[in-house]
Amino acid sequence: MSSLMSIKNMSVNFDTPGGSLEAVRGVDIEIPAGMSVGVVGESGSGKTVMCRAAMGLLQGSTVNRTGTVIFDGHELTAMSKEQVRELFGSGMAMIFQDPLTALNPVRRIGAQLSEGLRIRLGMSKSDAMARSKELLELVRIPNAAAVLKSFPYQLSGGMRQRVMIAIAIACNPKLLFADEPTTALDVTVQAQILQLLRELREDLNMSMVLVTHDLGVVAGNTDYVAVMYAGEVVEYAPTKKLFADMRMPYTEALLDSIPRVDHKSGTRLSVIAGRLPDPTHRPAGCGFAPRCKYAQDKCTTDHPELKTDPDGHVYRCWFPIGEAL
Amino acid sequence: MSKFNFWLQRAAQVIIVLLIVTFGASLLLRLIPVDLATILIPNGSESEREILRNEIGLNKGPIGYYLQWLGDFVQGDLGKIYFSGGTETVSDHLAKAMPRSLLLMAYTQVFALSVAIPLGVISAYRAGRRTDRIISNILFVMASIPGFAIALILIIVVGVKLAWLPTLGYATYSEGIWEHFKHMLMPVLSLSFGLIATYTRLLRADMIASLREDYVTMAMSKGLSDRRILWKHVFRPSSITLFTSAALSMGGLIGGAIVIESIFATYGVGFEIFAAIAGRQYISLQSCVAVISLFYVFFNLVVDIGSGFVDPRTRDRRANV
Repeated sequence: MSSLMSIKNMSVNFDTPGGSLEAVRGVDIEIPAGMSVGVVGESGSGKTVMCRAAMGLLQGSTVNRTGTVIFDGHELTAMSKEQVRELFGSGMAMIFQDPLTALNPVRRIGAQLSEGLRIRLGMSKSDAMARSKELLELVRIPNAAAVLKSFPYQLSGGMRQRVMIAIAIACNPKLLFADEPTTALDVTVQAQILQLLRELREDLNMSMVLVTHDLGVVAGNTDYVAVMYAGEVVEYAPTKKLFADMRMPYTEALLDSIPRVDHKSGTRLSVIAGRLPDPTHRPAGCGFAPRCKYAQDKCTTDHPELKTDPDGHVYRCWFPIGEAL
Repeated sequence: MSKFNFWLQRAAQVIIVLLIVTFGASLLLRLIPVDLATILIPNGSESEREILRNEIGLNKGPIGYYLQWLGDFVQGDLGKIYFSGGTETVSDHLAKAMPRSLLLMAYTQVFALSVAIPLGVISAYRAGRRTDRIISNILFVMASIPGFAIALILIIVVGVKLAWLPTLGYATYSEGIWEHFKHMLMPVLSLSFGLIATYTRLLRADMIASLREDYVTMAMSKGLSDRRILWKHVFRPSSITLFTSAALSMGGLIGGAIVIESIFATYGVGFEIFAAIAGRQYISLQSCVAVISLFYVFFNLVVDIGSGFVDPRTRDRRANV
């Protein structure tokens, strides 16, 4: 199985007035060609930063990225901004969480959609417009011709997200980063958008990184899952295996905190007490230790390394679930 | 609310503002605790003054006087300027002064904006880096020097020492385009300095805010060049404050270039106001103030219409309220 993108030991630091903030720490992820990889974790765990950094969308003098990212044979981390730009659109593309803020408020949908086609694929203005209309139809937008002439604020949330997907897939990317594509949408629309992404992925033979904080979304839409906590990947496994045989206490706690319909009414919701460690002052041991019900003395003093089971299941824990103490 | 109703309401607003401003100006005139007729024709006889009082309504109350002035004003009679030898009409004076002021304003705006827009875009793009710091220091100095000081420095250096440009006066188009611009260059520069600083800072601040938006990251992920992102995606949503400020300063430039027009003897509307104050020609002053407020209101209206083109959201918000 060949890997389309491989991220090796990638860290991202932001210079802030309060010191260096380590948002992503030593992440290793392989994204196999044609597969869908879920990235889960709570807010602030570094999911979005990880994706943007991998693609090279984080810019500015306060951002420091280290490590290696290889995409489709190109070592992105060794290339200039202009060289990486050549891979955007037709190589990698991204869908953003909130389609209202991610679409330019003062430009028409048609202009925003056709622009990538013209710049990246060198299409003429009229060809690009015709193709844009096809793309809107591909993401099942009714009345595509009228939508091309609309401004983003004139569309509903679900429509806007479809437009954004159309923009992202316009140049037939090999890898699509979907950064919480359904978080800003209501539940029925969420299901439609996920369905659409699944179908597009099959039709266009696209790999996908699906970022979400919803394990339910991961279960139905991904082949592999990476669980992130405090900027680190703490568990990585095929989706089926992860749900059947999780090793990381944090993953278990995440799963336990999903409310279930078969619980008796009045049952307390399970929550993970406490919060993420301060990213400017990391604890010496495991970042999850203060919140972990299995934590031992060693967890607060020594930082756990990644361990790999013989079957390729990766986790970062001194005392993984299913191992006799 | 329909579009038609919106503009109807806007027109009513404009008229009310104009009535209040002109009434205020006319009331100020009547608050001067001396007899206006005596001021306007100090050497005239009592019977001549009585004729003047009747003619311009000074013997009526403040409201009666205002209504008479307003009636004359809307018919194009802006009153008279009184000399010892006779009278001239204010409208003749303004007909000569207005084109000069309008051109001065237009050149100043075009020049200031065409310098400020690239500077603002560059300094927002390089925010916090050396280019930005250098630009902002230069602007700080520019904003700190008053226009008349720049005018005097220009006159001494460019006009007198180098003798490249005429230091005084005005030339019409018919006297030669080249002559015309030679006379306009120094007044335009003197008026532009402060504006350039203001415009650049406004644009820079709004661009920096827009550059943090998700749609910029989205544009990057499409593989667009930085230049295209800056101009096509960021400039337009960031330019509303800039254009509002520019439009509002136009009204000020028409009547407010008093000092600069006096220094360079351009004899525009600003100079006309200066002359009216110095020569106690209060009727002329009142009419000039009214004309300038007309321009203010007009450019305000232009901003309202224009902002709909820059940001379509404001246009629809209006139609849907």
